[in-house]
Amino acid sequence: MSDLLKLSLADVTAKLRAREVSATELAKEALAACQSAQGALNAFTAFDEAKTMAMAKASDARLARGEGGLLEGAPLAIKDLFAVEGVSTTASSNILKGFKPPYESSVSQSWWDNGGVFLCKTSMDEFAMGSSNETSNTGPVNNPWKGAKGEMLSPGGSSGGSATVVAADLCFGATGTDTGGSIRQPASFTGTVGVKGTYGRTSRWGAIAFASSLDHPGPFAKTVKDGAMLLQAMSGHDPKDSTSLPNEVPDFVAACGRSVKGLRIGVPKEYRVDGMPDEIEKAWQLGIEWLKAAGCEIVDISLPHTKYALPAYYIVAPAEASSNLARYDGMRYGNRVEGKDLTETYEKTRAAGFGIEVQRRIMIGTYVLSAGYYDAYYLRALKVRTRILQDFDQAFEKVDAILTPSAPSAAFPLGSKSNDPIAMYLNDVFTVTANLAGVPAMSVPAGLDKDGLPLGLQIITKALDEETMFTVGAALEDAAGFTAKPAKWW
Amino acid sequence: MSVTADDVRRIARLARLAEPKDRIDTLVGELNGILAWIEQLDEVDIEGVEPMTTPVKFPLPQRDDVVNDGGIRDKVLANAPSSEDGFFVVPKSVE
Repeated sequence: MSDLLKLSLADVTAKLRAREVSATELAKEALAACQSAQGALNAFTAFDEAKTMAMAKASDARLARGEGGLLEGAPLAIKDLFAVEGVSTTASSNILKGFKPPYESSVSQSWWDNGGVFLCKTSMDEFAMGSSNETSNTGPVNNPWKGAKGEMLSPGGSSGGSATVVAADLCFGATGTDTGGSIRQPASFTGTVGVKGTYGRTSRWGAIAFASSLDHPGPFAKTVKDGAMLLQAMSGHDPKDSTSLPNEVPDFVAACGRSVKGLRIGVPKEYRVDGMPDEIEKAWQLGIEWLKAAGCEIVDISLPHTKYALPAYYIVAPAEASSNLARYDGMRYGNRVEGKDLTETYEKTRAAGFGIEVQRRIMIGTYVLSAGYYDAYYLRALKVRTRILQDFDQAFEKVDAILTPSAPSAAFPLGSKSNDPIAMYLNDVFTVTANLAGVPAMSVPAGLDKDGLPLGLQIITKALDEETMFTVGAALEDAAGFTAKPAKWW
Repeated sequence: MSVTADDVRRIARLARLAEPKDRIDTLVGELNGILAWIEQLDEVDIEGVEPMTTPVKFPLPQRDDVVNDGGIRDKVLANAPSSEDGFFVVPKSVE
Protein backbone atom coordinates (compact mmCIF):
# COMPACT_ATOMS: atom_id res chain seq x y z
CA MET A 1 0.00 0.00 0.00
CA SER A 2 1.41 3.37 -1.00
CA ASP A 3 0.99 6.59 0.95
CA LEU A 4 -1.35 8.12 -1.62
CA LEU A 5 -4.37 7.83 0.65
CA LYS A 6 -2.61 9.91 3.29
CA LEU A 7 -2.53 12.94 1.01
CA SER A 8 -4.95 15.81 1.41
CA LEU A 9 -7.69 16.30 -1.18
CA ALA A 10 -5.89 19.42 -2.47
CA ASP A 11 -2.64 17.48 -2.94
CA VAL A 12 -4.16 14.36 -4.48
CA THR A 13 -6.24 16.33 -7.00
CA ALA A 14 -3.03 18.19 -8.00
CA LYS A 15 -1.30 14.83 -8.56
CA LEU A 16 -4.28 13.60 -10.58
CA ARG A 17 -4.23 16.73 -12.75
CA ALA A 18 -0.46 16.30 -13.26
CA ARG A 19 -1.24 12.66 -14.24
CA GLU A 20 1.23 11.35 -11.67
CA VAL A 21 -1.50 8.99 -10.55
CA SER A 22 -4.69 7.84 -12.24
CA ALA A 23 -8.16 7.99 -10.76
CA THR A 24 -8.48 4.28 -11.49
CA GLU A 25 -5.39 3.33 -9.46
CA LEU A 26 -6.50 5.60 -6.65
CA ALA A 27 -10.03 4.15 -6.58
CA LYS A 28 -8.67 0.60 -6.53
CA GLU A 29 -6.35 1.43 -3.67
CA ALA A 30 -9.08 3.18 -1.67
CA LEU A 31 -11.54 0.30 -2.17
CA ALA A 32 -8.93 -2.23 -1.01
CA ALA A 33 -8.07 -0.10 2.04
CA CYS A 34 -11.74 0.30 3.00
CA GLN A 35 -12.53 -3.36 2.59
CA SER A 36 -9.59 -4.44 4.71
CA ALA A 37 -10.56 -1.92 7.44
CA GLN A 38 -14.25 -2.86 7.59
CA GLY A 39 -13.87 -5.70 10.11
CA ALA A 40 -12.10 -3.44 12.59
CA LEU A 41 -13.88 -0.13 12.09
CA ASN A 42 -17.38 -1.24 10.99
CA ALA A 43 -17.74 2.14 9.29
CA PHE A 44 -19.23 1.12 5.93
CA THR A 45 -22.78 0.21 4.98
CA ALA A 46 -22.39 -0.34 1.22
CA PHE A 47 -19.94 -0.48 -1.66
CA ASP A 48 -20.57 -0.62 -5.40
CA GLU A 49 -17.24 -1.49 -6.99
CA ALA A 50 -18.57 -1.41 -10.55
CA LYS A 51 -19.93 2.11 -10.03
CA THR A 52 -16.71 3.28 -8.38
CA MET A 53 -14.51 1.92 -11.15
CA ALA A 54 -16.78 3.28 -13.91
CA MET A 55 -16.71 6.74 -12.34
CA ALA A 56 -12.92 6.56 -11.92
CA LYS A 57 -12.51 5.57 -15.57
CA ALA A 58 -14.67 8.47 -16.72
CA SER A 59 -12.61 10.75 -14.52
CA ASP A 60 -9.38 9.51 -16.11
CA ALA A 61 -10.85 10.24 -19.54
CA ARG A 62 -11.62 13.82 -18.51
CA LEU A 63 -8.16 14.23 -16.97
CA ALA A 64 -6.57 12.90 -20.18
CA ARG A 65 -8.37 15.65 -22.09
CA GLY A 66 -7.08 18.23 -19.63
CA GLU A 67 -10.58 18.72 -18.22
CA GLY A 68 -12.00 18.05 -14.80
CA GLY A 69 -13.69 19.65 -11.84
CA LEU A 70 -12.62 20.79 -8.41
CA LEU A 71 -12.70 17.24 -6.96
CA GLU A 72 -11.65 15.42 -10.13
CA GLY A 73 -10.68 11.80 -9.51
CA ALA A 74 -10.88 11.84 -5.71
CA PRO A 75 -12.69 8.90 -4.03
CA LEU A 76 -15.30 10.23 -1.60
CA ALA A 77 -17.57 8.65 1.02
CA ILE A 78 -21.30 9.33 1.43
CA LYS A 79 -23.19 9.17 4.71
CA ASP A 80 -25.97 6.59 4.46
CA LEU A 81 -28.51 9.41 4.83
CA PHE A 82 -27.95 10.53 1.21
CA ALA A 83 -29.61 8.80 -1.74
CA VAL A 84 -27.03 7.39 -4.14
CA GLU A 85 -28.71 6.03 -7.25
CA GLY A 86 -28.89 2.25 -7.28
CA VAL A 87 -26.90 1.88 -4.04
CA SER A 88 -28.37 0.75 -0.72
CA THR A 89 -29.50 3.84 1.23
CA THR A 90 -31.01 3.09 4.63
CA ALA A 91 -30.24 5.89 7.14
CA SER A 92 -28.80 2.94 9.11
CA SER A 93 -32.37 1.83 9.87
CA ASN A 94 -34.04 -1.55 9.48
CA ILE A 95 -37.16 0.15 8.17
CA LEU A 96 -35.25 1.04 4.98
CA LYS A 97 -33.17 -2.13 4.73
CA GLY A 98 -32.85 -3.04 1.06
CA PHE A 99 -33.95 0.41 -0.20
CA LYS A 100 -32.14 1.39 -3.41
CA PRO A 101 -33.11 4.88 -4.52
CA PRO A 102 -33.76 5.37 -8.24
CA TYR A 103 -32.44 8.95 -7.89
CA GLU A 104 -29.36 10.80 -6.62
CA SER A 105 -29.28 13.36 -3.80
CA SER A 106 -28.45 16.88 -4.97
CA VAL A 107 -25.26 17.25 -2.89
CA SER A 108 -23.78 13.91 -3.97
CA GLN A 109 -24.70 14.68 -7.60
CA SER A 110 -22.96 18.00 -7.15
CA TRP A 111 -19.79 16.23 -5.98
CA TRP A 112 -19.95 13.88 -8.99
CA ASP A 113 -20.48 16.87 -11.30
CA ASN A 114 -17.27 18.27 -9.83
CA GLY A 115 -15.40 15.06 -10.67
CA GLY A 116 -15.66 13.19 -7.37
CA VAL A 117 -15.69 9.38 -7.44
CA PHE A 118 -18.21 7.47 -5.29
CA LEU A 119 -16.36 5.17 -2.89
CA CYS A 120 -18.77 3.91 -0.22
CA LYS A 121 -21.74 4.59 2.03
CA THR A 122 -20.97 5.15 5.69
CA SER A 123 -22.71 4.14 8.90
CA MET A 124 -24.50 6.64 11.10
CA ASP A 125 -26.82 6.85 14.07
CA GLU A 126 -30.23 5.64 12.87
CA PHE A 127 -31.97 8.53 11.05
CA ALA A 128 -29.14 10.77 12.37
CA MET A 129 -30.52 10.51 15.91
CA GLY A 130 -27.57 10.09 18.21
CA SER A 131 -24.17 11.45 19.22
CA SER A 132 -22.15 8.23 19.34
CA ASN A 133 -22.97 6.19 16.22
CA GLU A 134 -24.26 3.45 18.51
CA THR A 135 -27.85 3.48 17.24
CA SER A 136 -26.91 2.28 13.73
CA ASN A 137 -28.67 -0.94 12.68
CA THR A 138 -25.25 -2.29 11.69
CA GLY A 139 -23.75 -1.75 15.14
CA PRO A 140 -21.36 0.86 16.56
CA VAL A 141 -18.52 2.30 14.49
CA ASN A 142 -15.10 2.16 16.15
CA ASN A 143 -13.17 5.42 16.33
CA PRO A 144 -9.70 4.97 14.73
CA TRP A 145 -8.39 6.68 17.89
CA LYS A 146 -8.29 4.27 20.86
CA GLY A 147 -8.38 5.17 24.53
CA ALA A 148 -5.30 5.33 26.76
CA LYS A 149 -5.83 1.71 27.81
CA GLY A 150 -6.64 0.57 24.28
CA GLU A 151 -10.41 0.74 24.79
CA MET A 152 -12.70 1.23 21.81
CA LEU A 153 -14.07 4.74 21.58
CA SER A 154 -17.10 6.24 19.92
CA PRO A 155 -16.32 8.31 16.82
CA GLY A 156 -19.18 10.61 17.83
CA GLY A 157 -22.34 10.93 15.86
CA SER A 158 -24.49 10.95 14.07
CA SER A 159 -22.05 11.07 11.12
CA GLY A 160 -19.58 8.73 12.87
CA GLY A 161 -18.86 6.53 9.87
CA SER A 162 -17.95 9.50 7.68
CA ALA A 163 -15.69 10.98 10.38
CA THR A 164 -13.98 7.62 10.79
CA VAL A 165 -13.21 7.01 7.11
CA VAL A 166 -11.67 10.47 6.78
CA ALA A 167 -9.69 10.17 10.04
CA ALA A 168 -8.38 6.73 9.01
CA ASP A 169 -7.19 8.05 5.61
CA LEU A 170 -9.50 5.74 3.67
CA CYS A 171 -10.83 8.51 1.40
CA PHE A 172 -10.39 12.24 0.71
CA GLY A 173 -13.64 13.60 2.06
CA ALA A 174 -17.08 12.50 3.15
CA THR A 175 -20.57 13.94 3.39
CA GLY A 176 -22.23 14.36 6.73
CA THR A 177 -25.36 16.05 7.99
CA ASP A 178 -25.46 18.33 10.98
CA THR A 179 -28.82 18.77 12.73
CA GLY A 180 -27.55 19.47 16.26
CA GLY A 181 -23.81 18.89 15.88
CA SER A 182 -23.67 15.65 13.91
CA ILE A 183 -20.72 16.84 11.77
CA ARG A 184 -18.81 19.03 14.22
CA GLN A 185 -18.89 16.73 17.28
CA PRO A 186 -17.60 13.64 15.37
CA ALA A 187 -15.01 15.86 13.64
CA SER A 188 -13.81 16.93 17.09
CA PHE A 189 -13.72 13.30 18.29
CA THR A 190 -11.68 12.08 15.29
CA GLY A 191 -9.23 14.92 14.63
CA THR A 192 -10.87 15.89 11.35
CA VAL A 193 -12.30 19.13 9.97
CA GLY A 194 -16.11 19.22 9.97
CA VAL A 195 -18.08 21.98 8.29
CA LYS A 196 -21.67 23.10 7.96
CA GLY A 197 -22.53 26.17 5.94
CA THR A 198 -25.41 28.60 6.35
CA TYR A 199 -28.80 26.85 6.50
CA GLY A 200 -29.92 26.43 2.87
CA ARG A 201 -26.42 26.80 1.38
CA THR A 202 -26.41 23.05 0.64
CA SER A 203 -29.49 21.32 -0.70
CA ARG A 204 -31.42 18.84 1.45
CA TRP A 205 -33.00 17.18 -1.61
CA GLY A 206 -32.35 13.46 -1.54
CA ALA A 207 -31.03 13.59 2.03
CA ILE A 208 -33.36 11.56 4.24
CA ALA A 209 -35.13 14.13 6.43
CA PHE A 210 -34.68 14.20 10.21
CA ALA A 211 -35.58 17.76 11.30
CA SER A 212 -35.99 19.82 8.15
CA SER A 213 -35.48 23.30 9.64
CA LEU A 214 -32.24 22.18 11.32
CA ASP A 215 -30.68 19.70 8.85
CA HIS A 216 -27.46 20.99 7.24
CA PRO A 217 -25.54 18.75 4.78
CA GLY A 218 -21.79 19.44 4.93
CA PRO A 219 -18.38 17.80 4.55
CA PHE A 220 -15.70 16.07 6.63
CA ALA A 221 -12.17 16.83 5.45
CA LYS A 222 -8.53 16.35 6.38
CA THR A 223 -7.69 20.05 6.21
CA VAL A 224 -9.52 23.38 6.29
CA LYS A 225 -8.73 23.98 2.60
CA ASP A 226 -10.11 20.53 1.72
CA GLY A 227 -13.23 21.42 3.72
CA ALA A 228 -13.57 24.60 1.67
CA MET A 229 -13.21 22.65 -1.61
CA LEU A 230 -15.78 20.07 -0.53
CA LEU A 231 -18.32 22.65 0.72
CA GLN A 232 -17.77 24.69 -2.45
CA ALA A 233 -18.55 21.64 -4.56
CA MET A 234 -21.81 20.89 -2.73
CA SER A 235 -23.19 24.44 -2.34
CA GLY A 236 -25.53 26.39 -4.56
CA HIS A 237 -29.17 26.94 -5.37
CA ASP A 238 -31.29 23.86 -5.95
CA PRO A 239 -34.83 24.40 -7.23
CA LYS A 240 -35.76 20.98 -5.81
CA ASP A 241 -35.33 22.26 -2.22
CA SER A 242 -37.67 25.14 -1.36
CA THR A 243 -35.33 26.28 1.44
CA SER A 244 -32.24 26.31 -0.78
CA LEU A 245 -30.59 29.74 -0.83
CA PRO A 246 -30.61 31.60 -4.17
CA ASN A 247 -27.41 33.52 -3.24
CA GLU A 248 -24.18 33.31 -5.21
CA VAL A 249 -21.64 30.93 -3.65
CA PRO A 250 -18.42 32.80 -2.76
CA ASP A 251 -14.94 31.35 -3.33
CA PHE A 252 -14.43 29.44 -0.06
CA VAL A 253 -11.00 28.15 -1.10
CA ALA A 254 -9.68 31.68 -1.69
CA ALA A 255 -10.94 32.65 1.78
CA CYS A 256 -8.56 30.10 3.36
CA GLY A 257 -5.55 32.14 2.35
CA ARG A 258 -6.66 35.54 3.69
CA SER A 259 -5.18 37.32 6.66
CA VAL A 260 -7.06 37.32 9.96
CA LYS A 261 -5.40 40.56 10.99
CA GLY A 262 -7.92 42.94 12.53
CA LEU A 263 -10.74 40.41 12.72
CA ARG A 264 -12.74 40.62 15.93
CA ILE A 265 -13.13 37.23 17.60
CA GLY A 266 -15.89 36.77 20.16
CA VAL A 267 -15.37 34.53 23.18
CA PRO A 268 -18.74 33.72 24.79
CA LYS A 269 -18.66 33.30 28.54
CA GLU A 270 -21.58 30.83 28.45
CA TYR A 271 -19.59 28.12 26.66
CA ARG A 272 -18.33 26.50 29.84
CA VAL A 273 -20.22 23.62 31.36
CA ASP A 274 -19.98 21.72 34.64
CA GLY A 275 -17.62 18.79 34.45
CA MET A 276 -15.88 20.03 31.31
CA PRO A 277 -12.28 18.78 31.40
CA ASP A 278 -9.61 21.45 32.08
CA GLU A 279 -7.90 20.40 28.90
CA ILE A 280 -10.79 21.68 26.82
CA GLU A 281 -10.61 25.02 28.59
CA LYS A 282 -6.83 25.00 27.95
CA ALA A 283 -7.27 24.20 24.25
CA TRP A 284 -9.75 27.04 24.01
CA GLN A 285 -7.38 29.50 25.72
CA LEU A 286 -4.61 28.37 23.41
CA GLY A 287 -6.86 29.01 20.41
CA ILE A 288 -7.57 32.50 21.72
CA GLU A 289 -3.81 33.15 22.13
CA TRP A 290 -3.07 31.91 18.60
CA LEU A 291 -5.63 34.21 17.02
CA LYS A 292 -4.44 37.12 19.13
CA ALA A 293 -0.87 36.47 18.00
CA ALA A 294 -2.10 36.41 14.39
CA GLY A 295 -3.47 39.92 14.83
CA CYS A 296 -7.09 39.31 15.85
CA GLU A 297 -8.84 41.41 18.43
CA ILE A 298 -10.39 39.25 21.17
CA VAL A 299 -13.76 40.43 22.46
CA ASP A 300 -15.62 38.99 25.45
CA ILE A 301 -19.24 38.44 24.47
CA SER A 302 -22.38 36.98 25.95
CA LEU A 303 -24.85 34.60 24.31
CA PRO A 304 -27.24 34.57 27.26
CA HIS A 305 -29.71 31.95 26.00
CA THR A 306 -27.08 29.29 25.25
CA LYS A 307 -28.20 26.97 28.07
CA TYR A 308 -31.73 26.88 26.66
CA ALA A 309 -30.64 25.84 23.17
CA LEU A 310 -30.44 22.12 23.87
CA PRO A 311 -33.83 21.78 25.62
CA ALA A 312 -35.43 23.87 22.83
CA TYR A 313 -33.76 21.61 20.28
CA TYR A 314 -35.17 18.52 21.99
CA ILE A 315 -38.64 19.87 21.34
CA VAL A 316 -38.16 21.24 17.83
CA ALA A 317 -36.12 18.34 16.41
CA PRO A 318 -38.36 15.50 17.68
CA ALA A 319 -41.47 17.45 16.63
CA GLU A 320 -40.16 17.77 13.07
CA ALA A 321 -38.90 14.18 13.14
CA SER A 322 -42.25 12.77 14.26
CA SER A 323 -43.81 14.49 11.27
CA ASN A 324 -41.05 13.59 8.77
CA LEU A 325 -40.91 9.95 9.84
CA ALA A 326 -44.68 9.52 9.47
CA ARG A 327 -43.93 8.59 5.83
CA TYR A 328 -42.43 5.24 6.91
CA ASP A 329 -45.63 3.26 6.90
CA GLY A 330 -44.58 0.19 4.92
CA MET A 331 -46.79 1.00 1.94
CA ARG A 332 -44.74 2.55 -0.89
CA TYR A 333 -41.17 1.69 0.16
CA GLY A 334 -39.36 0.29 3.14
CA ASN A 335 -40.28 -2.87 4.97
CA ARG A 336 -43.78 -3.94 5.94
CA VAL A 337 -44.96 -6.17 8.78
CA GLU A 338 -48.51 -7.37 8.13
CA GLY A 339 -51.14 -6.91 10.83
CA LYS A 340 -54.82 -7.80 11.05
CA ASP A 341 -55.88 -4.44 9.57
CA LEU A 342 -54.30 -1.30 8.15
CA THR A 343 -53.67 0.40 11.51
CA GLU A 344 -52.07 -2.69 12.99
CA THR A 345 -49.92 -3.04 9.87
CA TYR A 346 -48.69 0.54 10.34
CA GLU A 347 -48.03 -0.01 14.03
CA LYS A 348 -46.20 -3.31 13.62
CA THR A 349 -44.20 -2.02 10.65
CA ARG A 350 -42.98 1.03 12.57
CA ALA A 351 -42.35 -0.77 15.87
CA ALA A 352 -40.28 -3.42 14.07
CA GLY A 353 -38.47 -1.02 11.72
CA PHE A 354 -37.44 1.82 14.05
CA GLY A 355 -34.86 1.40 16.80
CA ILE A 356 -35.36 2.43 20.43
CA GLU A 357 -33.90 5.96 20.18
CA VAL A 358 -35.88 6.76 17.04
CA GLN A 359 -39.11 5.55 18.67
CA ARG A 360 -38.32 7.59 21.78
CA ARG A 361 -37.88 10.75 19.71
CA ILE A 362 -41.00 10.12 17.63
CA MET A 363 -42.92 9.80 20.90
CA ILE A 364 -41.50 13.03 22.36
CA GLY A 365 -42.32 14.81 19.10
CA THR A 366 -45.82 13.39 19.01
CA TYR A 367 -46.39 14.44 22.61
CA VAL A 368 -45.17 18.05 22.26
CA LEU A 369 -47.32 18.51 19.14
CA SER A 370 -50.44 16.89 20.62
CA ALA A 371 -53.59 18.78 21.60
CA GLY A 372 -53.13 20.63 24.87
CA TYR A 373 -49.32 20.58 24.82
CA TYR A 374 -48.53 22.39 21.57
CA ASP A 375 -48.41 25.88 23.07
CA ALA A 376 -46.66 24.88 26.29
CA TYR A 377 -43.86 23.00 24.54
CA TYR A 378 -43.61 23.48 20.78
CA LEU A 379 -44.62 27.13 20.47
CA ARG A 380 -42.50 28.07 23.49
CA ALA A 381 -39.48 26.30 21.99
CA LEU A 382 -39.92 28.21 18.72
CA LYS A 383 -39.90 31.48 20.65
CA VAL A 384 -36.79 30.45 22.57
CA ARG A 385 -35.27 29.69 19.15
CA THR A 386 -35.88 33.33 18.21
CA ARG A 387 -34.05 34.39 21.41
CA ILE A 388 -31.07 32.27 20.40
CA LEU A 389 -30.99 33.86 16.95
CA GLN A 390 -31.19 37.30 18.60
CA ASP A 391 -28.19 36.39 20.78
CA PHE A 392 -26.16 35.75 17.62
CA ASP A 393 -27.50 38.85 15.81
CA GLN A 394 -26.40 41.02 18.74
CA ALA A 395 -23.01 39.31 19.02
CA PHE A 396 -22.29 39.74 15.32
CA GLU A 397 -22.75 43.49 15.64
CA LYS A 398 -19.57 43.43 17.73
CA VAL A 399 -17.54 40.54 16.32
CA ASP A 400 -16.70 38.85 12.98
CA ALA A 401 -16.45 35.30 14.31
CA ILE A 402 -17.01 33.38 17.54
CA LEU A 403 -14.52 30.85 18.94
CA THR A 404 -15.67 28.04 21.26
CA PRO A 405 -14.82 24.42 22.05
CA SER A 406 -16.57 22.01 19.64
CA ALA A 407 -17.66 19.45 22.24
CA PRO A 408 -17.67 19.22 26.04
CA SER A 409 -15.38 16.14 26.07
CA ALA A 410 -12.98 14.11 23.96
CA ALA A 411 -14.20 10.82 22.43
CA PHE A 412 -15.76 8.59 25.11
CA PRO A 413 -15.78 4.78 25.36
CA LEU A 414 -18.50 2.95 23.43
CA GLY A 415 -21.37 2.05 25.74
CA SER A 416 -20.50 4.63 28.41
CA LYS A 417 -23.48 6.94 27.76
CA SER A 418 -25.95 4.78 25.91
CA ASN A 419 -28.25 4.25 28.91
CA ASP A 420 -28.70 7.93 29.74
CA PRO A 421 -30.46 9.91 26.98
CA ILE A 422 -29.82 13.34 28.53
CA ALA A 423 -26.08 12.68 29.11
CA MET A 424 -25.91 11.72 25.43
CA TYR A 425 -27.86 14.81 24.34
CA LEU A 426 -25.41 17.07 26.24
CA ASN A 427 -22.71 16.22 23.69
CA ASP A 428 -24.28 18.82 21.42
CA VAL A 429 -24.34 21.63 23.99
CA PHE A 430 -21.82 23.80 22.07
CA THR A 431 -22.92 22.94 18.54
CA VAL A 432 -26.72 23.03 18.63
CA THR A 433 -27.02 26.84 18.87
CA ALA A 434 -25.67 27.23 15.31
CA ASN A 435 -28.30 24.81 13.98
CA LEU A 436 -31.14 26.67 15.66
CA ALA A 437 -29.85 29.99 14.27
CA GLY A 438 -28.86 28.53 10.88
CA VAL A 439 -25.41 30.17 10.94
CA PRO A 440 -22.19 28.62 9.53
CA ALA A 441 -19.92 26.72 11.91
CA MET A 442 -16.95 24.40 11.68
CA SER A 443 -14.74 22.28 13.92
CA VAL A 444 -10.96 22.37 13.47
CA PRO A 445 -8.59 19.99 15.32
CA ALA A 446 -6.63 22.05 17.86
CA GLY A 447 -4.62 19.59 19.94
CA LEU A 448 -4.53 16.37 21.96
CA ASP A 449 -5.64 15.74 25.53
CA LYS A 450 -3.58 13.84 28.14
CA ASP A 451 -4.79 10.52 26.72
CA GLY A 452 -3.61 11.53 23.28
CA LEU A 453 -7.13 12.14 21.94
CA PRO A 454 -8.01 14.97 19.58
CA LEU A 455 -9.92 18.07 20.69
CA GLY A 456 -11.61 20.45 18.28
CA LEU A 457 -12.35 24.16 18.39
CA GLN A 458 -15.44 25.61 16.78
CA ILE A 459 -15.67 28.78 14.68
CA ILE A 460 -19.12 30.31 14.16
CA THR A 461 -19.81 33.23 11.79
CA LYS A 462 -22.89 35.11 10.71
CA ALA A 463 -25.28 33.79 8.04
CA LEU A 464 -23.75 33.77 4.53
CA ASP A 465 -20.25 34.52 5.85
CA GLU A 466 -18.59 31.13 5.43
CA GLU A 467 -15.58 33.00 4.03
CA THR A 468 -14.65 34.48 7.42
CA MET A 469 -15.19 31.05 8.99
CA PHE A 470 -12.68 29.51 6.56
CA THR A 471 -10.21 32.39 7.00
CA VAL A 472 -10.24 31.98 10.79
CA GLY A 473 -10.28 28.17 10.49
CA ALA A 474 -7.18 28.19 8.28
CA ALA A 475 -5.36 30.54 10.70
CA LEU A 476 -6.23 28.27 13.61
CA GLU A 477 -5.06 25.21 11.67
CA ASP A 478 -1.75 26.94 10.84
CA ALA A 479 -1.12 27.91 14.45
CA ALA A 480 -2.17 24.53 15.87
CA GLY A 481 0.05 22.60 13.47
CA PHE A 482 -2.10 19.56 14.20
CA THR A 483 -0.50 16.59 12.43
CA ALA A 484 -1.33 13.79 14.88
CA LYS A 485 -2.84 10.63 13.41
CA PRO A 486 -4.21 7.56 15.18
CA ALA A 487 -1.72 4.65 15.19
CA LYS A 488 -2.95 2.22 12.54
CA TRP A 489 -4.52 -0.92 14.08
CA TRP A 490 -7.31 -1.63 11.59
CA MET B 1 -46.05 18.27 33.42
CA SER B 2 -45.42 14.56 33.53
CA VAL B 3 -46.65 11.50 31.67
CA THR B 4 -48.19 8.25 32.97
CA ALA B 5 -48.18 4.74 31.54
CA ASP B 6 -51.55 5.50 29.93
CA ASP B 7 -50.12 8.64 28.33
CA VAL B 8 -47.27 6.60 26.88
CA ARG B 9 -49.79 4.12 25.40
CA ARG B 10 -51.80 7.03 23.96
CA ILE B 11 -48.70 8.68 22.47
CA ALA B 12 -47.60 5.38 20.92
CA ARG B 13 -51.06 4.98 19.41
CA LEU B 14 -50.97 8.55 18.00
CA ALA B 15 -47.52 7.88 16.55
CA ARG B 16 -48.67 4.56 15.03
CA LEU B 17 -46.12 2.59 17.02
CA ALA B 18 -47.24 -0.80 18.35
CA GLU B 19 -47.54 -0.56 22.14
CA PRO B 20 -44.06 -1.17 23.55
CA LYS B 21 -45.45 -3.50 26.26
CA ASP B 22 -42.13 -4.46 27.86
CA ARG B 23 -40.81 -0.90 27.78
CA ILE B 24 -43.71 1.12 29.13
CA ASP B 25 -42.21 1.74 32.59
CA THR B 26 -38.81 2.54 31.13
CA LEU B 27 -40.40 4.99 28.70
CA VAL B 28 -42.43 6.68 31.44
CA GLY B 29 -39.17 7.28 33.35
CA GLU B 30 -37.21 8.43 30.29
CA LEU B 31 -39.90 10.71 28.90
CA ASN B 32 -40.47 12.29 32.32
CA GLY B 33 -36.73 12.81 32.71
CA ILE B 34 -36.55 14.54 29.34
CA LEU B 35 -39.70 16.61 29.95
CA ALA B 36 -38.43 17.74 33.38
CA TRP B 37 -35.16 18.80 31.78
CA ILE B 38 -37.03 20.67 29.04
CA GLU B 39 -39.06 22.58 31.62
CA GLN B 40 -36.13 24.96 32.21
CA LEU B 41 -37.46 26.75 29.12
CA ASP B 42 -40.12 28.21 31.42
CA GLU B 43 -37.38 30.55 32.74
CA VAL B 44 -37.01 32.31 29.38
CA ASP B 45 -38.86 35.58 28.84
CA ILE B 46 -40.77 35.03 25.60
CA GLU B 47 -43.19 37.92 26.01
CA GLY B 48 -43.84 39.46 22.59
CA VAL B 49 -41.33 37.17 20.84
CA GLU B 50 -42.27 35.78 17.42
CA PRO B 51 -41.83 32.01 16.95
CA MET B 52 -39.01 31.00 14.59
CA THR B 53 -39.96 28.14 12.28
CA THR B 54 -37.04 28.41 9.84
CA PRO B 55 -33.74 30.27 9.47
CA VAL B 56 -34.70 31.16 5.88
CA LYS B 57 -35.57 34.83 5.46
CA PHE B 58 -37.02 34.91 1.92
CA PRO B 59 -40.58 33.95 0.95
CA LEU B 60 -41.33 30.44 -0.22
CA PRO B 61 -40.41 30.23 -3.91
CA GLN B 62 -43.20 29.55 -6.36
CA ARG B 63 -43.20 27.99 -9.81
CA ASP B 64 -45.72 27.66 -12.61
CA ASP B 65 -48.38 25.03 -11.94
CA VAL B 66 -47.31 22.70 -14.73
CA VAL B 67 -46.46 19.01 -14.94
CA ASN B 68 -42.65 18.84 -14.97
CA ASP B 69 -42.03 15.26 -13.91
CA GLY B 70 -43.57 11.84 -14.39
CA GLY B 71 -43.52 8.83 -16.66
CA ILE B 72 -41.41 6.90 -14.16
CA ARG B 73 -43.94 4.37 -12.88
CA ASP B 74 -41.46 1.52 -12.65
CA LYS B 75 -38.99 3.65 -10.69
CA VAL B 76 -41.76 4.72 -8.30
CA LEU B 77 -42.73 1.10 -7.70
CA ALA B 78 -39.19 -0.28 -7.58
CA ASN B 79 -38.95 -0.21 -3.77
CA ALA B 80 -42.56 -1.12 -2.96
CA PRO B 81 -42.98 -3.91 -0.38
CA SER B 82 -45.74 -5.23 -2.63
CA SER B 83 -46.91 -4.25 -6.14
CA GLU B 84 -48.95 -5.79 -8.95
CA ASP B 85 -49.81 -4.72 -12.50
CA GLY B 86 -48.29 -1.28 -11.99
CA PHE B 87 -50.04 -0.58 -8.67
CA PHE B 88 -49.03 -0.56 -5.03
CA VAL B 89 -50.67 -3.43 -3.13
CA VAL B 90 -51.82 -2.28 0.33
CA PRO B 91 -54.03 -3.72 3.07
CA LYS B 92 -57.77 -3.22 2.64
CA SER B 93 -58.74 0.04 4.35
CA VAL B 94 -62.39 0.55 3.31
CA GLU B 95 -64.95 -2.11 4.25
